Amino acid sequence: MINIFDVAYLIPLFPLLGFLINGLGRKFISKSVTGFIGSLVIFISFCLSILVFINVSKEGFTPQNIDYFSFINISKLNIPFEFQIDQLTSVFLLIITGVGFLIHVYSTSYMKDEDQAGYARYFSFLNLFVFSMLLLVLGGNYVIMFMGWEGVGLCSYLLIGFWFKNDNFNNAAKKAFIMNRIGDLGFILGIFWLINTFGTTSYHNLFDAQTGILSVITVKNSPVLIGISLLLFMGATGKSAQIPLYTWLPDAMAGPTPVSALIHAATMVTAGIYMIARSNIIYTMAPFTMSIVAIVGLATAIFAAIIALKQNDIKKVLAYSTVSQLGYMFLGLGVGAYSAAVFHVMTHAFFKALLFLGAGSVIHAMGGEQDIRKMGGLGKKMKITYVTFFIACLAIAGLPPFSGFFSKDEILAAAYSDNPLFYIVGVAGALLTAFYMFRLLALTFAGKFRGTDEQLHHLHESPSAITFPLICLAVLSAIGGFVGIPEIFVKNGNSLGDFLSPVFADSNKLLTAGTTSPQLEIILMAVSSLLILFVCIWAWKKYKNYQEGTEEAGAFTKAIENKFYVDEIYDSIIVRPLKGFSRFLGNVVEKSGLDALVNGVGKGINYSSRQIRFLQSGFVGSYILLMVIGLLLLLIIQLFTK
Amino acid sequence: MLGTYYTFPELLLWIPLVTGIIIFFIKSPKAVKNFALFSSVATLVVSIISLCYTDFVHHPEYATYNNVSYVWLPYIGSSFSVGMDGMGFLLTFLTAFSFPLVFAATYKREYPNANVYYGLMLLVQAGLMGVFVAMDALVFYFFWELALIPMYFLCSRWGGEFRIRVTFKFFIYTFVSSLLMLIGIMFVYLHTPPVTALSEHSFYIKSFYSATLDASQQNMVFWLFFAAFAVKMPIFPFHSWQPDLYEQSSDSTVMVLSGIMVKMGIFGMLRWLLPIFPEAVEKNDTIILVMCIIGILYASIIALSQTDLKRIVAWSSIAHIGLMGAGIFARNNTSLQGVMLEMLNHGINIIALWIVVDIIEKKTGIRKISELGGLATKSSTLTTFFIIIVLANIGLPLTNGFVGEFLMFTGLFEYNKWMAVFACISIILSATYMLNMVQKVFFGNTNSITENVGSISGGQKFTLSVIVAAIIILGIYPGPVLHLTQDTVTDILQKFK
Repeated sequence: MINIFDVAYLIPLFPLLGFLINGLGRKFISKSVTGFIGSLVIFISFCLSILVFINVSKEGFTPQNIDYFSFINISKLNIPFEFQIDQLTSVFLLIITGVGFLIHVYSTSYMKDEDQAGYARYFSFLNLFVFSMLLLVLGGNYVIMFMGWEGVGLCSYLLIGFWFKNDNFNNAAKKAFIMNRIGDLGFILGIFWLINTFGTTSYHNLFDAQTGILSVITVKNSPVLIGISLLLFMGATGKSAQIPLYTWLPDAMAGPTPVSALIHAATMVTAGIYMIARSNIIYTMAPFTMSIVAIVGLATAIFAAIIALKQNDIKKVLAYSTVSQLGYMFLGLGVGAYSAAVFHVMTHAFFKALLFLGAGSVIHAMGGEQDIRKMGGLGKKMKITYVTFFIACLAIAGLPPFSGFFSKDEILAAAYSDNPLFYIVGVAGALLTAFYMFRLLALTFAGKFRGTDEQLHHLHESPSAITFPLICLAVLSAIGGFVGIPEIFVKNGNSLGDFLSPVFADSNKLLTAGTTSPQLEIILMAVSSLLILFVCIWAWKKYKNYQEGTEEAGAFTKAIENKFYVDEIYDSIIVRPLKGFSRFLGNVVEKSGLDALVNGVGKGINYSSRQIRFLQSGFVGSYILLMVIGLLLLLIIQLFTK
Repeated sequence: MLGTYYTFPELLLWIPLVTGIIIFFIKSPKAVKNFALFSSVATLVVSIISLCYTDFVHHPEYATYNNVSYVWLPYIGSSFSVGMDGMGFLLTFLTAFSFPLVFAATYKREYPNANVYYGLMLLVQAGLMGVFVAMDALVFYFFWELALIPMYFLCSRWGGEFRIRVTFKFFIYTFVSSLLMLIGIMFVYLHTPPVTALSEHSFYIKSFYSATLDASQQNMVFWLFFAAFAVKMPIFPFHSWQPDLYEQSSDSTVMVLSGIMVKMGIFGMLRWLLPIFPEAVEKNDTIILVMCIIGILYASIIALSQTDLKRIVAWSSIAHIGLMGAGIFARNNTSLQGVMLEMLNHGINIIALWIVVDIIEKKTGIRKISELGGLATKSSTLTTFFIIIVLANIGLPLTNGFVGEFLMFTGLFEYNKWMAVFACISIILSATYMLNMVQKVFFGNTNSITENVGSISGGQKFTLSVIVAAIIILGIYPGPVLHLTQDTVTDILQKFK
């Protein structure tokens, strides 16, 4: 019997093969074969991931370290190419390959209008993305994680700018890459600091309770760990689109919709959460950073939710919603509820992927239209899309018993015991979420159709390659929460939390968790759920018979519609001054300062060589002249030093 | 036979030197090209074979295959000593590997006076090889000039319309600084211990290492050597010859100039400057590191607003070289290993960039990025190659660029955290200007200039495939290179105890 951990390399290898086959054979392979290969390799990885999960859940499992070869090995620094598989990895493996597979299937239909080469390019990039993402979560040290980390950033860049003839899309792609790089600067400095302090980047060395960080640093809030944790968090704000580096994500919606679902909702943007969950010991030992993480997460959650209220592009609403939901996950991490954050990653992957895929189905039916003010009444024509979208809205709003309820509640409960103010703001954010989601739902699916007659005629339910993933994800969104039922309802109901607990065991020992009485918890839960339900109904009623031009626009509304002008502010305080400075250095400093000096020397020599008639002008002349000067200098030095 | 009659360093020297001289007498341009290509491939084969004889620890006899010394000028204590250690193997390989690529990539190009052109190119190659294998200061200086002088002619006779002016600037810079180095060599020579009865002093490298210089002398002569190497690299603020020269030089000249010749400066620092003047290095390292880091940021920021393809590549190269300078003066095992690896990587990557820039210029006739666009629809293969090369250039993991940069940054961080922070900002800037270039040239819609561009030729595909393979292999498995250069790094660091 083959040990699954011995062949763990196959999990990323299959997507890599898919990338190579589709990438190199893009001119020869037919579209149906391309789509088949692209999806098949992910399906194989998914099956292997299930096997890994089964083996990880067995009694007596210990984290597996698989060392392949030495990536960098110089006297003091050894960075092997290694994988580490534990509970956290296996959960992410399932999310990535599972949701990834559904989105590949969806894409086979969604991208069918592309020409053959474009279709193959799309699938090869998508496969490469899955490969990179798997590398990110399988890596056994920070350098391998960084490889995957940059790899997913690259794929995100390539896929946002997939339709590269449109320069707006290209700009969005470039912006995403550069903003991610700003975060990566922090990440890699964090890695340097880890190497400098501990001499290793391997998790099994760093996080070993006896010999790792905890054996070297025993007091909380040591400057080194605050520094490292803040730098790593800087990396997370880039990849997971948190304040101040979130502005690339809404623009990233330029990519094909399945890409938005996979990369910019379900998987890549959760890499930051994975990274912090993986580094939980560093964060637990730096409570200062944890409060920063919590505050940034909460602020992002609220800020993005407010912007989402007034967006009219179906994908932009979902994009800001993603930013906001990621904020919740960081809130969870910041208050020490690591497994709750991972739980929310999982449920969010289900319902947000579903929302994006549903949006894609709608956009397809509308012939490319993305403005929800021009939709309406689609529920009658697109029953499956409507129902699944509705389930997703219930899940993201956090209504029981849908999946989002459980994960969000676990985060909010932990926030309450850390600081009740976090809880109150968090619930306010949840109400905003409920509002903008049901506004979106009502504008899209309820009321009368507001588009053109041609569009109305064209409206249809999408084919089964699109509806099948929708149905799968809808089921998961509906019941996915049951893996994490709070203790107050069912004893040992939080099976995901129990499953993940070994990963966070050392941190949980160090955290001083406040306790909330069960009665209070139930009361809070009931009140918040009722409020959310009320808001849902309110938003639905308000927007189900929406007519264009009926909304008033105050100054604040205008600011929201323009996303608080954050892009414009960045542009005027960073981008433009930098460009100006660049031109100043290139045109003024470079031309007048150093260069003029050297040219002056050149001219001077030219001039003197012309004056000294017995020398030839130009090359040879100055050569000899310089030689003479040099020999003189040599003599002078000799005289002075003797 | 091997080691008795001839050694690898000699072969690597003689092949280009002899063929270079022969080629002057060949008339047919086609024969010239083929002969030059043949010669460079022969050198590459020798270099590859020599790489099988690098394990001096387990096979002491291999050392004799790679080190040899002939009587040359015994009365002044100079002998024709050549030899290779890890760094020697690495850089001779880079030289041997690059020339066939350069010749193959520009095979279609017709140069006026092809025999002179290729003859000079091969002389440059011989000079470079000599610099990298010299174990005697006078031999080193001889080859240093042998590499530079043909280069002056290559730059001034083949190139753009302002070539004379920019070559003159290049000439002033390098000639003055070479002369300063010569003074430095003489000075150190006069303080070397006697080796043989025939002469009081010696030019042998080991004698230079053990020269008795007091602190103030070290400090003074240090700057003489530093000037020569810093100009050649170039380190900020000695760089102003470079962008102009790169812009004006012809395609294969600029590949050699930027891919290999700048390594002369880096090599010089590692081989001569650091081991001879350890105290002066320790005294002056902060100021030089600051210069390097200013240079990294200065060049990266200027690159942001450049519109000419060649100038973008030139400024990007200056930024990379600045980082290598910082890696040298941070002088710990990690940073020096990073520099070693980066010498190879930078050589490969920048030659690759020039090849693509050259292809674009040949196809469209322009280098201004704002006038290009949409090439991705015309040649997806070229686009793929170019994106991979760009990614290597901005140091994306799993490409060769990452490993070298990672090690240099790690080493710099070990030396001083804040310096590493400032130097690291370049990873954002390089992504910005490089991706901007990709976007402007390849993405968007085609225009009247780019819509008739065809796909690339088989030869170009082959050359670029070789380079891309090297980029990825070195990015995933850099171990052998790091292993190769460890001995040199250890030797250098022994001087700093």
